[in-house]
Amino acid sequence: MIQLTVNNERVSIDAPPDTPLLWAIREQMNLTGTKYGCGIAQCGACTVHLDGEPVRSCSLPLSAAAGRSVTTIEGLMKTDAGKVLESAWNAAQAPQCGYCQSGQLMTAAHLLRTAKKPLSRTEILDGMNGNICRCGTYNQIAEAVAGAQKAMSGGKA
Amino acid sequence: MSQITSPSRRSFLVGSGSAAIGVSFGLAGAELAQAQAQAGSGGYAPNAWVNIATDGTVTLMSPAAEMGQGTMTAMPMLLAEELDLDWKMVRVIQAPSNAKIFGNPRFGGGMTTGASRTVQGYYEPIRLAGLQARQVVLQAGASAMGVPAAECRTELGQVIHSSGKRMSYGQIAAVAKAPEQLPAVDKSQLRPMSQFKIIGKDIDRVDVAAKTNGTARFGIDQRMPGLRYAAILRAPVQGETPTSVDDAAARAVKGVQQVVRLPYGVAVVADSWHTARKARDVLKVEWSTTAKARQHDSDKVLAEYVARARKLDDTGVDFIKHGDAAKSIAGATRTFATTCTSEMVSHICMEPMNATAVVRGEQIEIWAPAQSASFIIGAVGGVAGFKPENIKANITLLGGGYGRRVEPDFAVDAALVAKAMPGTPVQVIWTREDDIVHDKYRNMTAQHLVAGVDAQGRITSLLHRVVSEGIYARVAPPAFKAAGGKDAPVMEGTEITYSIPDHGVQFMIEQRGVNAGFWRAVGPGYTKFALETLVDEVARGVGVDPVEYRIRLLDKNPRGAAVMREVATMSGWGKPRQAGRALGVAFSDAWNTMVAMVVEISMANGMPVVHQVWAAVDCGVALQPRNVRAQIEGSVIFGLSAALHEKMSFKAGVPQETNLDRYRVLRASETPLIDVKVMVTDNHPGGIGEAGLPPIAPAIANAMVALGAPRQRSLPFTRV
Repeated sequence: MIQLTVNNERVSIDAPPDTPLLWAIREQMNLTGTKYGCGIAQCGACTVHLDGEPVRSCSLPLSAAAGRSVTTIEGLMKTDAGKVLESAWNAAQAPQCGYCQSGQLMTAAHLLRTAKKPLSRTEILDGMNGNICRCGTYNQIAEAVAGAQKAMSGGKA
Repeated sequence: MSQITSPSRRSFLVGSGSAAIGVSFGLAGAELAQAQAQAGSGGYAPNAWVNIATDGTVTLMSPAAEMGQGTMTAMPMLLAEELDLDWKMVRVIQAPSNAKIFGNPRFGGGMTTGASRTVQGYYEPIRLAGLQARQVVLQAGASAMGVPAAECRTELGQVIHSSGKRMSYGQIAAVAKAPEQLPAVDKSQLRPMSQFKIIGKDIDRVDVAAKTNGTARFGIDQRMPGLRYAAILRAPVQGETPTSVDDAAARAVKGVQQVVRLPYGVAVVADSWHTARKARDVLKVEWSTTAKARQHDSDKVLAEYVARARKLDDTGVDFIKHGDAAKSIAGATRTFATTCTSEMVSHICMEPMNATAVVRGEQIEIWAPAQSASFIIGAVGGVAGFKPENIKANITLLGGGYGRRVEPDFAVDAALVAKAMPGTPVQVIWTREDDIVHDKYRNMTAQHLVAGVDAQGRITSLLHRVVSEGIYARVAPPAFKAAGGKDAPVMEGTEITYSIPDHGVQFMIEQRGVNAGFWRAVGPGYTKFALETLVDEVARGVGVDPVEYRIRLLDKNPRGAAVMREVATMSGWGKPRQAGRALGVAFSDAWNTMVAMVVEISMANGMPVVHQVWAAVDCGVALQPRNVRAQIEGSVIFGLSAALHEKMSFKAGVPQETNLDRYRVLRASETPLIDVKVMVTDNHPGGIGEAGLPPIAPAIANAMVALGAPRQRSLPFTRV
């Protein structure tokens, strides 16, 4: 049994310790918003926050998350920042197939939390470079991130 | 044209043939669920394309697979338009897989989504059915109000009498019965574009909210009690089969439930996918070594393709023969020739292939992120031995499709494994490596083109030769044979709307053992590259501006000429650019959509950097203009990724790229600004999911020449 906190709830997971965090989240916890894309930390579809920092859950053993705090897309959506992002994503109609978008949102949330100043389009795209979108929604994502940043700083998305 | 099919008289069918649409009044809860389930079982039962509930909520079925192209919004919009619904009251659900009811006329009534044929196929039949349903509702409302139907109209989900008296569709649904005889309708009664209230409006896509908050359920997200997970060991080279299997170590892994031999591999079923994959990795399997693909070395094969493309006396199969191109070329004032190549590329749907299935007795139920329920039913019936009527295929959301998910192979996996474990639901998930190694790649091609030009500099003859692996030859051999060996998807895009009187297109098939398939834009992804770079070369050769040259060639395609003029204006064509930058242009008329595209590039490290893309698009009636722009943009990025980075290479049939560390796709920081103008015309809608792809690579190649770089004749580009 491995104990950790997921979306502010303490959980005990009965899975081999080498199980990637991704699969524990998806199968044991039934939180399917976090996606499997490549399994080698290249595409970003599995991005979650571990103690607030974005990590690739496909390549992180469950044992490495023991005693730590994990936030998934489901948890992010309950936060104020998540709600702002959600609204900006909808306003930009960003997703196409949508499969990569949870990972995109997790990366965007961290990008905005650590941004010291308003981000340019280029800075946003650079910040989002670890998350592949095969449908090509990068410009809509950039628009959504910029909109969310504006909304967070008091403007309207 | 129609008949009443419900004894309860609360449901009726409108439309006809492959687009007979069931409408029901006031079904709710279990009753509605039953009507929807009946739709899945086919035959006589009324279906529930449309259900008007007594609270005014209208549930509409979406017949095609949603893979990001917006069909789940577009198809219901067509119904809502002619039914005069209040969109706020519309709920959309995925239609069950019953081709008799929901099949696309453009696929011979099959339930397949692809080839940019969804809007093209359903546009009129769905609207006609919606119109007929509206007339039924209007008559029912009039009769309930005790007024003549002729004095009534509909608006936003209400029937309104000239006196101002009105009833909502929900109120009508509570009292209405299906009519004895349905009103006859015809195309002339359809709403003209000028009166559209829903079509052409930027309505939010119905799938976006769930795809943003993490609740959208793709194939891989299907969950059910007792679900087990499977990983499959597949051959290292396409076409090989297992000759011996030692599964002792795999069976000994804690959590493994079953090891299942498949004709083409071995499946391990476990209580978690991680366990299944770990156990899969300790299987000891010997593979056959006789597959044709073993002979496949990419460089060698491509060189052979090129040699064949240039060998003009090997004429292959005539795909197009207008006039006599060879004779006309022989008499031309000047000729221009090019040989272009394209390497194999992989789809990389972000959701790896997967499917879930459970077998109960003779019945099998499948959940798959698939583009074709019809192909799944055909393949699962054939390979796993189920009767078609015993197969229920549920189409989930697709995490990318791009043509890959037309193939039913992943559903066959799930069916075979589930069949070995009756009563146990099993989810098969491919690893990314499985997904790339066992893809059905865009075909490798070599094309040789010769243009004959007259004394005025105009192209009067064109010979276009394509050497390629077949696609229809693999997926539909009888249809391929019946077509006289013409492989339509491979050759798509060679049909041109430029006025070139002597036009010959020849197809030389190759069968080298590595599967070729439908990759977003299929033929036009490379045929337009060859055509549009050649046209540019000719224009420059005869000293005419490339935009002007194309406009002249489009003298019989005014829509094409119009988008070309528009994109010239958008991009400031002809105006000076900053130092080190240049523009390039290209055109595509594939899928009945006209796209003219201009790119602005610079060069860095011998490769182009695309700063901006402008596209003018005439897709006829644009159902969702914003979505059209998004689709053009997405297909531009897909094509840009392929032109700059993508290549599958094989050594003795072994793929050298097996995951995203070595198979590079375009990332956010390389994304150009993309400006799309949708030029709405009152033409039948064309396809939009692929239309931005064909012109992007040739536009870049043409811009490179404008910058003084050597002409690119290969996909992906070669560093200069």
